[in-house]
Amino acid sequence: MSNEDRNGRDASPEADESSASTTEQWELRLYTAGQTPKSILAFNNLKRICEEHMPGRYQIEIVDLMRNPRLAKEDQIVAIPTLVRKLPQPLRKIIGDLSDTERTLVGLQLRSRSQ
Amino acid sequence: MTARVQASVAAPPGRDAERSADRNLPKSPTGIAGLDEITFGGLPRGRPTLVCGAAGCGKTLLAMEFLVRGVTQFDEPGVYVTFEESEEELAQNVRSLGFDVEALVQQGKLAFDYVHIDRREIEETGEYDLEGLFVRLALGIDSVGAKRVVLDTIESLFIGFSNMALLRSELRRLFRWLKDRNLTVVITGERGDGTLTRQGLEEYVSDCVILLDHRVDEQVSTRRLRVVKYRGTVHGTNEYPFLIDVDGISVLPLTSLGLDHRVSNERVSTGVAGLDTMLGGGVFRGSSVLVSGTAGSGKTTIATHFADAACRRGERCLYLAFEESRDQIARNVRSVGIELQAHIDAGRLRLEAVRPSLHGVEMHLVQIHRLVGEFKPSAIVIDPISNLGNTVDASAMLLRLIDFLKTNGITAMFVNLTTSGGALEATEVGVSSLIDTWLVLRDIEAGGERNRGLYVIKSRGMQHSNQIREFVITSRGIDLLDVYAGPEGVLTGSLRASQEAREKAAALVREQEQQRRQRELASRRAVLQAQIDALQHEASTLDHEIGVQARQYTLATDTIDQDRRAAVQRRGKESA
Repeated sequence: MSNEDRNGRDASPEADESSASTTEQWELRLYTAGQTPKSILAFNNLKRICEEHMPGRYQIEIVDLMRNPRLAKEDQIVAIPTLVRKLPQPLRKIIGDLSDTERTLVGLQLRSRSQ
Repeated sequence: MTARVQASVAAPPGRDAERSADRNLPKSPTGIAGLDEITFGGLPRGRPTLVCGAAGCGKTLLAMEFLVRGVTQFDEPGVYVTFEESEEELAQNVRSLGFDVEALVQQGKLAFDYVHIDRREIEETGEYDLEGLFVRLALGIDSVGAKRVVLDTIESLFIGFSNMALLRSELRRLFRWLKDRNLTVVITGERGDGTLTRQGLEEYVSDCVILLDHRVDEQVSTRRLRVVKYRGTVHGTNEYPFLIDVDGISVLPLTSLGLDHRVSNERVSTGVAGLDTMLGGGVFRGSSVLVSGTAGSGKTTIATHFADAACRRGERCLYLAFEESRDQIARNVRSVGIELQAHIDAGRLRLEAVRPSLHGVEMHLVQIHRLVGEFKPSAIVIDPISNLGNTVDASAMLLRLIDFLKTNGITAMFVNLTTSGGALEATEVGVSSLIDTWLVLRDIEAGGERNRGLYVIKSRGMQHSNQIREFVITSRGIDLLDVYAGPEGVLTGSLRASQEAREKAAALVREQEQQRRQRELASRRAVLQAQIDALQHEASTLDHEIGVQARQYTLATDTIDQDRRAAVQRRGKESA
C-alpha cells in the first residue's frame, strides 16, 4: 500500500534508487540472542545482500541481547533475529533469518513490493 | 433465573473439599475483594490464569490489581507486560482507581514493559522466534524478583506476526518457561466469536480461566465475573457481579447461598407500637420485611421508624435511600417526630443516598455488600428496592442480597413502590417469596378522601393480625387505629369519623327517648300515687264515720234501754 503510494508520487523510482545507491550510507543493526544457527544464517545473508547492493557504504552492528538485555526493551525487539535499518531514515524492521532475499530487499526498501 | 438460583443453592462447596484442594494446589491470593472467596484462596500459584472478556470488561484492571495487591499485601513483586497501552497510559488509567503504580516501580517492586509491535514496519524474511520477548521478560522478572507476571494481552502478537504455526509453538514455549520459573501469571485475552478468546489462548492455559462480562441491559451496565474452569480445585461456578470503583474491583461472592443461616427467635421492634402488636411483638431479628405501597402511602415513614427503633436500641442501622437525599429524609421525618440527625451524629445511623440510575443493579448490591462490611449494621433499610429495577436480574440479585443479609443476621426492611391502579401484589411476586414479613400500605379511597390502611399480608413463624388498621401519621409519629368495621363495611378517615358521629347521635336520641319514657312512667306512677292517696284518705274518712256511727248507735241503744226501764218503773208503780 505505502509502496504503491510512493510509486504513484515519485516520477522515477529507478532514478531515486540509483541515486541512493551511490551516495547513501547504510547503518544496519542485527539483534541476536546468542550464537544460534538462525542468527548466523541471518548474518551471512545480510552480509551477502549488503555486498551486492551497497558495497563499501554499509555498517553492520550485531547486538547480542543475551549480553545487553536492556536493548531489547529500549529498541522494542520481540522476534529474533531482527534487522533494523537505522539509516537511511525511516527506521525499518525486518525479522527472520533473511533467507527470503526478495522480501529482505523489500523490507530494506531496496525494491518496491509490486516488483 | 430459576435454574441459576437452583444451581447456586445446590451443593455449596464443602469445607473438606476446600481443604484438600488447598493441600493439592497452592494458591496465590489476589487480594481482590470477593475473588479469593470464589476461588477458595486465589489463582493457582506458579501457573497461568487466563482472564478473558470483551473490550472494556475490566481485564486490564483485574490484572493490574492482581499485581499491585501482590506487592502491597503479599510482598510478591510483579512484572506487567503490556502489548496495547504504553506504561504511561496504563499508569494513568489505574491512578483513578487508587493504584499508584509509579511509586511501586520506584520502589523496585513492579516493572513494566510495553511491547509494541507495529506490523506496518515489520517485514518477515524467514525463520525467527520470539526470544526477544523472553529476554525482556527475564530482565523484568530479575529486576524486581517477580513472583507474578501479567501479559496484557498477548493476543496482540497474532496481529503483529503472520506465522501462526511459529507463534503457537512459541506461546507454548513461553507458558512452559513461565511455569518452570514458578511464576503466577495472568494472561488476558479478548473474547472471540463463540470462543473464550479470539486466538484460542485457552488451549495453552488450562489451569484457570476467568471470564469477565460487561452487559448493558435497559441502559444500565452490569459487570459479571465467572470462573469458567479451575483445574484441580473447587470454585464458585456462578456469574458473580462485580464493580470497579475507587478501590478497584469488588466481586460479590455468594458462595454461602445455602439455606443454613442461623435464625433468631429474638423479636425486634418495628418502631411502630401498633404494628408490633399486630405482629405479636415485632419481627424476628435477622428476618426481612417488605413494605410495599403506592406513592405517598407512608412507606418511608415506616422505614424511618424502623431505623429509629434500631438506633434507639443502640444498634447500628444502614439506610440506603435511592429517591431522596440525606437532608431531605432527615427533614421530612423530623415533621413526624423522628430525629435522625442525632443518630447519624452518634454514629449509629448511616444514611447513604444514591441515585439509582448511576449504577447497574449489581453495582448497587456490591456497594451494599461493601457498606455492610464497613459499617457492620444490625439493621438495614433499602428505600426503595423498586428502583433497582424489575428485571429478572434484579430479583435474582435481590435474592442474593437477602441471603447475604440473613447470613449476617441483619434485620432488613425493603421498601417497594407499587404503581397505583395495577395489581398491587402482582409486581412483587418475584420478591415476596423471599420475604419473611410483608406489610402492605394501601390507600383506601372513599367519601372524597384518601386514607392509609395497613395490613400484614404474611409474617412467617408468628401469629399476626388479619385486620386492616388505619394508619395515621401525626407529628408524634405513626398511630395505628382500629378501623370502623360494621355493617357498612370498613370505614376510615372522615367516613369513620362521621359514621361514629352518626352512631353517637343515634345513641343520644335513644337515651333521650329512654329518659322521656322514664319520666312519663314516673309521672303516671305519681298520678296513681295521688289517686291511691285520695282513696286512702276517703277510706280513713269512712273508717272515722264507721266509728262515729257505731258510737251513736250504742248511745241510742242505751238511751232506748234507759227509756224502757224508766217506762217499766213507771208502769210498775201504777199497777202496784
